[in-house]
Amino acid sequence: MIPAKFDYIKATSIDQAISLLSQHGYEAKILAGGHSLLPAMKLRLNRPSVLIDIGGIDALGSITDEGDAIKAGANCTHYEIANSNLVKSHVNVLSQTARVIGDVQVRYRGTIGGSLAHADPASDYPAAILATDATISVRGSNGARDISATEFFQGIFTTALGEDEIITSIRFPKTANGTYVKFFQSASRFAVVGCAAVKNGNGIRVGITGVADTPYRASAVEQAYDGTTSAADHAIDGVDVMSDHFASEEYRAHLAKVFVRRALEQL
Amino acid sequence: MEINLSVNGSQVARDVTPMTTLSDFLREHLSLTGTHIGCDTSSCGACTVTMDGKAVKSCTVLAVQANGSEIITIEGLSENGSLHPVQEAFKEHHGLQCGFCTPGMVMTAVDILQNNPNPTEQEIRHGLEGNFCRCTGYHNIVKSVQHAAQSLNA
Repeated sequence: MIPAKFDYIKATSIDQAISLLSQHGYEAKILAGGHSLLPAMKLRLNRPSVLIDIGGIDALGSITDEGDAIKAGANCTHYEIANSNLVKSHVNVLSQTARVIGDVQVRYRGTIGGSLAHADPASDYPAAILATDATISVRGSNGARDISATEFFQGIFTTALGEDEIITSIRFPKTANGTYVKFFQSASRFAVVGCAAVKNGNGIRVGITGVADTPYRASAVEQAYDGTTSAADHAIDGVDVMSDHFASEEYRAHLAKVFVRRALEQL
Repeated sequence: MEINLSVNGSQVARDVTPMTTLSDFLREHLSLTGTHIGCDTSSCGACTVTMDGKAVKSCTVLAVQANGSEIITIEGLSENGSLHPVQEAFKEHHGLQCGFCTPGMVMTAVDILQNNPNPTEQEIRHGLEGNFCRCTGYHNIVKSVQHAAQSLNA
């Protein structure tokens, strides 16, 4: 399969990428690892006329210790995040999440920034982003701003990113104890249901992906948490559960409770 | 667009359209047809090659993204006419039946053993998650990788 015709521009700096994005508007797409975008373009689900490749921008690529948080550049691959000692030591739930995305080849190429900007409702990262209360740093022609985890995800393939903004980094507050569990879609390895849970003082924070069209914080579980797993019964309180050919609404709702329970068991 | 890259140790320069995938580039421009295209949407892994030492699905990398990189395909594994230990192990332990997935399996196995010379069975299975085989049921593939590990460590 061959994608529809497009022009390819390799950006060498963040500023250049933003200016190209402003110039081409909706006609352009940012290319990072390409592991969601290129298959979608081959299937003609997406037909950008310009691809702006940010893959070579080193400023987007490092994982650093910021004192009370770990900062991951948008271009960090799932492989780099899964194997980073900083991430393992300070945000283990993120390391666990990155380790079960797709497969080895996908993890070598796919990036955290690309995955978040794409906002597939079955992607893994959103659960960990929500559970750690991470902040997404973005930059556009109007300058830089930070978007909170709960504001970032807005719907299927929809985020709070502006038209000419790109994600530059993600800041994860350090969390001692956390876990990510998922029910794999057997062919694609996407999350039919994914649940991240972290200890937060005496309480917990729980992020759920795959269940609704927008990943969400399971506030009802957080409030009901009493140190046991019984709060898992509240996994889908107030949530409009998705239904598709992999899992019906009823089955997915059941899975959500099971996987929240498993996550709570591991805290 | 002009791209320059190393393929199986030889420097290659070609003019390609941005739409050309690395898998099409290898097959159509360089006639390296050992790299197979299965699903063409990065699910099956048949098109796996290594790019700068890492296993990638070449159907989901644009040739222009591979500019400046070092690619090894299945054709680049054997040395002086003798099979690579991973190829030898697949042959010896019936790690293939129809053979369509084999180039991708072998390239991924090479990647697994580069990172982990003594993988457990579970680590091998986890490492091969991105490669589909519809014939063997995987058992002999895993066995082949285990034997390849032994002969590489010998």
